[in-house]
Amino acid sequence: MAISAVSDTTLHEAPPPRRQRLLEDERWLAFVLLVPTIVLLGMFIAYPFIQGILLSVTSSRVGMRGDFVGLANFYKIFNDGIFRTAVYNTFLYTGVTTVFKLALGLWLAMLLNRNFRGKAFTRAFILLPFIIPTVLSTFAWKWMFDPTFSVLNWLLYHLGLITGRINWLGDPDLAMISIIIVNIWRGVPFFAISLLAGLQTISPELNEAAAIDGAKPWQRFWHITWPLLLPVTMVVMLFSVIQTFADFQIVYVMTGGGPANATHLFATYAYQIGIGTGLLSEGAAISLAMFPVLFLVVVIQLLYIRRVEVR
Amino acid sequence: MGQVVLKGINKFFDGMHAVKDVNLQIRDKEFMVFVGPSGCGKTTTLRMIAGLEAISSGDISIDGNVVNNLAPMDRDIAMVFQNYALYPHMSVYDNMAFGLKMRKFEKPEIDKRVLEAADILGIGELLKRRPRQLSGGQRQRVALGRAIVRHPRVFLFDEPLSNLDAKLRVQMRVELKKLHLRLGTTAIYVTHDQVEAMTLGDRVVVMREGVVQQVGEPLELYNQPANKFVAGFIGSPAMNFAVVTVTEANGSLIAENSGLRIKLPDETARRLRGHIGREVMLGVRPEDLTVAGSVDLGHPCFDAVIEVVEQLGSEILLDMKVGESIMVASVEPTVSVRVGDKLRVAMRPTRLHVFDAQTEAAI
Repeated sequence: MAISAVSDTTLHEAPPPRRQRLLEDERWLAFVLLVPTIVLLGMFIAYPFIQGILLSVTSSRVGMRGDFVGLANFYKIFNDGIFRTAVYNTFLYTGVTTVFKLALGLWLAMLLNRNFRGKAFTRAFILLPFIIPTVLSTFAWKWMFDPTFSVLNWLLYHLGLITGRINWLGDPDLAMISIIIVNIWRGVPFFAISLLAGLQTISPELNEAAAIDGAKPWQRFWHITWPLLLPVTMVVMLFSVIQTFADFQIVYVMTGGGPANATHLFATYAYQIGIGTGLLSEGAAISLAMFPVLFLVVVIQLLYIRRVEVR
Repeated sequence: MGQVVLKGINKFFDGMHAVKDVNLQIRDKEFMVFVGPSGCGKTTTLRMIAGLEAISSGDISIDGNVVNNLAPMDRDIAMVFQNYALYPHMSVYDNMAFGLKMRKFEKPEIDKRVLEAADILGIGELLKRRPRQLSGGQRQRVALGRAIVRHPRVFLFDEPLSNLDAKLRVQMRVELKKLHLRLGTTAIYVTHDQVEAMTLGDRVVVMREGVVQQVGEPLELYNQPANKFVAGFIGSPAMNFAVVTVTEANGSLIAENSGLRIKLPDETARRLRGHIGREVMLGVRPEDLTVAGSVDLGHPCFDAVIEVVEQLGSEILLDMKVGESIMVASVEPTVSVRVGDKLRVAMRPTRLHVFDAQTEAAI
């Protein structure tokens, strides 16, 4: 007691400098700590976003400031056939790839969650498609789908499954399938590794208890593993849906939106109109058209995650 | 019925011999406790009985049927895990009902059994809660409930009380005992706590490094330990050991080392006739040592210096220096001694244990 009393008085006798005292105040400290984040978010997220909105309601082009035109740009794109195709494509692309990525990623995660030799190596290896720069790997895929040099065609031909060349990227439907395949290939590792991390938080004892309780393997998956993995799954899906919905690189490299604008997504079409054609304001309008959908996805999934977590 | 027989059970893990040739008969309705230090193979043995771990060689049979290749669900056993392993996303009711649902019981029957178990365990109020809203003791009860609703032939317990605080552990221990008396189901219980083993077990299996050291009723292990390991493991504080040389003088046997020279009582001497001139391990429990008084005349005695006095209220533990070694005596709380006191300590002559110095087996 005596010792603490002495040290108390010494504290009071030598007050810290004013600046330090300000930081003792939690409100000030919180503000100071938040500043870097606020600056970064403001510069790189809020400012471009607001500029985008402002741009979309003008008639700006490259090199020309333009005037306020209200919602004219939006009106124009909603009557644009290619835009509609791009909207349809984006939903199809996101929907199909997400289902496959989830299914394959979960399957891979369950396999990797077992004990086997070379486990650590395999886990690292699985990440490769995720680590390689997308443009680089997409170029490799482009070669594989090339009408003349396609290794896929060569393989199918020698297996006797086809007799003539398949023009993967030249046919609208096949081109769509092709970019979907590449996106799945690129996205599965993220699902697999994230879900594997989720699986590892589930105590093996729960599965053992369920096995003793009489649950067959698929029942154990359905009643134990799946519900416990759901929060992680939702977060992974959230990230994936957002990224896929706004995907640009794969389509840009593989097809450039072609053939005949058949594979455009929001992002590639916005780029083509805004930068390629120079109609900045119209491009901004196309970009912004994505926003409500993404916003809705985020809200729904975050609400769902919260519901799953509190129970 | 619930008779479990282990015949020549072995288990290898990556070249490590974890369980070595275990032979055991667990009778119907028996409460059998496996006890030993961590890594002794007791949990592995239990998991092999459960079917969660494959057997490297040997046979496990339940009620005469070899179950080696049966899945856990087909062995008609229920297990309580150390960490309870409650399904976190299910209510208490669903946790208990899960096994019955998986086995396609009718809803009224599930309801009846769950409510009955909840009643026995006093968790009727908690049925709607989730595991994480429960205290450690309540979770433990739910885990027990999940096991008993199934009416299995055998209960398996894997250190079920080790996550509870000391007070609750004692309370649950008593409840487990009552539960077993009430249900009469065969139970196999793994623990590293010798007190749990002694209090719960009808019989106790002491294991060490994968080998069964001794199987017997608790008092049998306490009174006639088969070797030095069992003698030291069972009983608290642990038995005192001293390496002594056996010599003969005037027709009686003397055991001595640097700080100890005692005349061995007749009964012990008879067993050591063949060991004259050799070293043996003498063992005596702290509770069999007393401060020598007139009553103990004729008992083997030795001199000791008190190093530490531990007052426990109901008894006093004396850490004493005897020659080069330390011995612990548990004496009456009325004895008044101080650190540094020199004492004459007597051993109860009928309670001396002797072990072979090399093999450590009881002589």
